Amino acid sequence: MNDRPDQELRRLVRSISNASLSRRAAFGGLAAVAAAGVLSACGSPAQGGKTAAPAPTDLSDVDKIVNWSNWPLYMDEADDGSYPTLQAFTKQTGIKVNYNTDYNDNEEFFAKVQPLLAAGQDTGRDLWVSTDWMVARLISLGYIQPLNKDNIPNAGNLQPSLQDVSYDPGRVYSLPWQGIFAGIGYNLARTGGRKVTSMDQLLHDKQLKGKVVLLSEMRDTVGLMLMEQGKRLDNFTADDFAAALTVIQDAKDAGQLRGFSGNNYADDLDKGVVAASVVWAGDVAQMAVGNKNLGVTLPDTGFTLSYDNLVIPAMAQHKTNAEKLINYYYNPEVMAQVTGWVNYLSPVAGVKDVLLKSSDPDVVAVAKSQLVFPDDATMARAQKFRALTSEEDLSFTRQYQALVTG
Amino acid sequence: MAFALPGARPRKSAKRRRGLFVPAILLLPALIWLVFFFVVPTIALASQSLQTGSIYQGFQFTWAFSNYTEALSTYWSQMVRSFIYAASATVFTLAIGFPLAWFIAHRSGRFKNIVLVLVVAPFFTNFLIRTLAWQTILVDGGFVANVMKATGITGFLNWIGLVPNDSLLGSPFAVICGLIYNFLPFMVLPLYTSVERIDQRYLDAAADLYSNGWNTFWKVIWPLSLPGVVAGTLLTFIPAVGDYINAKILGNANTTMVGKVIESEFLVNLNYPIAAALSFVLMIIIIVMVSAYVRAAGTEELV
Repeated sequence: MNDRPDQELRRLVRSISNASLSRRAAFGGLAAVAAAGVLSACGSPAQGGKTAAPAPTDLSDVDKIVNWSNWPLYMDEADDGSYPTLQAFTKQTGIKVNYNTDYNDNEEFFAKVQPLLAAGQDTGRDLWVSTDWMVARLISLGYIQPLNKDNIPNAGNLQPSLQDVSYDPGRVYSLPWQGIFAGIGYNLARTGGRKVTSMDQLLHDKQLKGKVVLLSEMRDTVGLMLMEQGKRLDNFTADDFAAALTVIQDAKDAGQLRGFSGNNYADDLDKGVVAASVVWAGDVAQMAVGNKNLGVTLPDTGFTLSYDNLVIPAMAQHKTNAEKLINYYYNPEVMAQVTGWVNYLSPVAGVKDVLLKSSDPDVVAVAKSQLVFPDDATMARAQKFRALTSEEDLSFTRQYQALVTG
Repeated sequence: MAFALPGARPRKSAKRRRGLFVPAILLLPALIWLVFFFVVPTIALASQSLQTGSIYQGFQFTWAFSNYTEALSTYWSQMVRSFIYAASATVFTLAIGFPLAWFIAHRSGRFKNIVLVLVVAPFFTNFLIRTLAWQTILVDGGFVANVMKATGITGFLNWIGLVPNDSLLGSPFAVICGLIYNFLPFMVLPLYTSVERIDQRYLDAAADLYSNGWNTFWKVIWPLSLPGVVAGTLLTFIPAVGDYINAKILGNANTTMVGKVIESEFLVNLNYPIAAALSFVLMIIIIVMVSAYVRAAGTEELV
């Protein structure tokens, strides 16, 4: 494959230097030169590099809407499919929210908006919810705008432990929406009645052979593996990372794995197609209400904690409206309604107290759940994947993908 | 693809010169379509496959042929696997589709149209949903799984390596089943058009000359249906090689096909040059294989 165009070039050079240039060869040669010119004109410029994101004129006052892209099942929902807190926001401020659950996967969503952002165009969205590492990428590419905290006085309700994150010191660009524990989920009907409590068991238990799913989200799957090997997620090295991958690779080669999955592992676990899986704890906690065979372990060696964060993309047309919306949800009374429904970790202080006051026993149960309001002992075992440099990010992602698609 | 269509013989007449304008106008939409949606993207892809860089530093055109060697050395096994799966699926669709096409053409009588509609009927449902349905069909403890286990077929499939564990789902077997099912109509319809034109009197003549069933099939029916066989196998094989939905939904972690690799290189790794190089390699291999195949089948002489 390698030498073909080279030969083409050499032949071209020869034919040009040749006096008896046939008409056909000349046309062929011209075409080849033109093709080479076209080919090399197709490069793409470097992106961002800490340049300030372009901000268009804000249409917030004229155009009372805000376009929000969020993950599915990440909002309190009434039986008729409407969103009570969003409706209350519209009633309170007159701002209409176009709420879309079209954020299914960080990579997929990035691929969708990246060409627009790279071209400096509006994505049609004023607000979306990206996971920590994606926020880091968006910031370094200059794809999101700093938040105007004057419009978000409730940002003071942010849990103190979340004020400073490595990728966004002082929370200039982002505010957390929900926090997520990744642990190990299992379906007792398919595990022979045994709980799955460690990555070692998940990857080597013969009973589970061919019925194990790992998350395609690298930081969760490899994070759990690293911690089981006694590494800390805030200071592991490239070698540690490679060592963790080796264990997963061996399990894969041995036929232990059914596959790698994004959002859709939950259904398979529920149905019993999958016996055990690396899971987002909140999902399984929600499903366990209806399926008593389901359980989730937060391994003793540690489990990952990550946050999905509200960010405002470059060129967003309704930035102020988006900030008002963030401010609205940073009221503990409002966030409590969301937390009571989605069962993830609330970044807003004071939510637990609101939930405890509820008359609904289910809501009080949520307030007492270790998965939603973990105590200090649980929190001590949770670790955050360290921020990666862009080189590390590409390198680790590629190593992991080579494993996923191998 | 260079297989000639019936009736497309070049006309000798030089009389009708003035009619050039109308054909040009009629061809224009197709030409514009080809230029914008094939030629331009192909050039862009070719360029991308020879660039180096990253999304952070931008991509520069550097004649980086190493992208091709890297792509092939990293992903040759998925490439080979894709061709094996697609080839097996093509052989099975042919084996299933031929009798079906024959039946529709010569035995279905007044139900012909209804049966033809039934062949196309799966297209009324979304591709993804059809494939997901196979999860239900092959699920552990389901009817199919129980019957196959009881009859020892699962054990046999396990022995030849098509089913790694005791469950049918999450296996190369399931992936190939999905491919066969999803591409069967593409095999049956071209076969039907070929087979339907075979004159019953040829078969009568063969019988009169004491030809047995096998000889009649091999010496009369098969050569006459070759155009359909070629068209059908191409329509099945080419998309099946690039398909990855079946492998994703019905396979396991070790059944990834090359389409999935290209997707993840584009969307997850943001390694556009490698993804472009892989797409190009796939395209070239398919073109080479198809031209060799069409030449070997020699369909031009048959039509």
